[in-house]
Amino acid sequence: MSGRVTLTVDGRAIGVAAGASVAAAIAAAGIAVFRHSVTGAGRGPLCGMGICHECRVTIDGEPHRLACQTACAEGMRVETAASGAPAVASRGPGPAPRRDSR
Amino acid sequence: MSAPASVSCDVLVVGAGPAGLAAAGAAAGAGCRVVVLDDNPGPGGQLWRGAVSSHERVAAPWLAALEHPAVRLIAGARVFARTAPGTALAETADGAFAVHHARAVLCPGARELFVPFPGWTLPGVSGAGGLSALVKSGTAVAGQRVVVAGSGPLLFAVARELKRHGARVLLIAEQAPRARVMRFAASLFAWPAKLADAAAHRAALLGTPYRLGTWPVEARGGDSSLAVRLTNGRREWDVACDRLACAFGLVANTEPARLFGCAIGGGVVAVDARQETTAPGVFAAGEAAGLAGLDAALAEGVIAGLAAAEGHAHGADGATETGLPAPVLRDRTRARAFGRAMAQAFALRDDLRALARPDTVVCRCEDVAHAALAGQPGWRAARLRTRCGMGPCQGRVCGAATEFLFGWGVDSVRPPVVPVRLDSLSAAGEIPPAGVEGPTR
Repeated sequence: MSGRVTLTVDGRAIGVAAGASVAAAIAAAGIAVFRHSVTGAGRGPLCGMGICHECRVTIDGEPHRLACQTACAEGMRVETAASGAPAVASRGPGPAPRRDSR
Repeated sequence: MSAPASVSCDVLVVGAGPAGLAAAGAAAGAGCRVVVLDDNPGPGGQLWRGAVSSHERVAAPWLAALEHPAVRLIAGARVFARTAPGTALAETADGAFAVHHARAVLCPGARELFVPFPGWTLPGVSGAGGLSALVKSGTAVAGQRVVVAGSGPLLFAVARELKRHGARVLLIAEQAPRARVMRFAASLFAWPAKLADAAAHRAALLGTPYRLGTWPVEARGGDSSLAVRLTNGRREWDVACDRLACAFGLVANTEPARLFGCAIGGGVVAVDARQETTAPGVFAAGEAAGLAGLDAALAEGVIAGLAAAEGHAHGADGATETGLPAPVLRDRTRARAFGRAMAQAFALRDDLRALARPDTVVCRCEDVAHAALAGQPGWRAARLRTRCGMGPCQGRVCGAATEFLFGWGVDSVRPPVVPVRLDSLSAAGEIPPAGVEGPTR
């Protein structure tokens, strides 16, 4: 594996080794908060292997991509929570959220 | 690169980790056309992710299975449904496709068990295997201060990996009591290769404190630094660090097997002596079928690959070991014994069930706190009333956490078992839920 790839993270150019994950590029940009939770808490990668979905970011305009499972590509545009993307993800159908605070 | 609309094979292997590679190699060697699907960008699984240098020597002969002309790897592909016996649906970044197969070997591996404690949702707090996977995929940790906590030999492997990448591992905290770990260490003489591994780990980590009977109770901090509070049951103290990596054990990825209609027992996919599941023609190998580590995964993979290639009708002499290579069967027996010894030595202490406070988030996708779950009668009720487990991870994190905390069982899955795009669903047509889970009301 050789060579470098340049992509943008929240508009800033970041160079990483070819084969590196988008999660690696986001970390290299000094960003710890990848997304905001449904109640607005900052979150970063937990499982590193495509299970927890805590690392979801917008890649080339497509939301909810897993940063840890996606390899960087030349010219890729990555947007994290810091880019001003909506903090609350759209919800699918299902019962309305109910948060008992007993 | 465009994904094919459908592919056909004799043997479908789900997962390109050690077990899947072993199964693919064995099946191809026996004359089968093999398709291997893996949701990671490349083969190797979590252990051999990216065939990193530290594992290259061990991994190379198994990765060579992918060079066999009858083996085709489709990486970045997640299996999300099974429309009929012999037809599985998967999705890549390019779209959905069907894999028509005569038999299947499921090797989806395991994920980490995450134990909720105050602060476990902070950025910088991750799984230990998780941090290791991130580092193997290029995340830089050079110069960062890391606390590695949890249980089992994975702590050493991760600490070593981090150190090799320039991190400062401040401390390894093992929750198991000293006496149990010492008994386990003494028993390692039964597995000389493991003893050598352990010795190599210790040598590489000289100067890194290893605290037995010690576990994290809380993490505090902001975006750039953390304070981790540790306890040994008698006193508590804080350690300032950049990352906290926790390994509390593994949970078998049983979702693909449930999708294929296989019975689950004791949290893992139930298999017979030939690694066949309760679903005819569907085999399972590796962590998903037993959580016994690398050596078991390789032996089980070979056995499953050979058995799948043989294509014995289920029930005929499907439960015997006739015709399988004796050395591989012996390897499997020894490796499984090691897995059992490890599980005993590093069983989690009850104190870890008491770490979460009422406001500690347990379901991270839907931000459901401990207090909202503590009074619920079970998993299904909790899902319906609190949305616990209803987010994108589909309960993969909080399902295991609530099983650990409350003893609930996650009893079913329904397709799609991973989030997929709507056009993948429509391309797949109507997905019948029959045989996957019972009535939901």
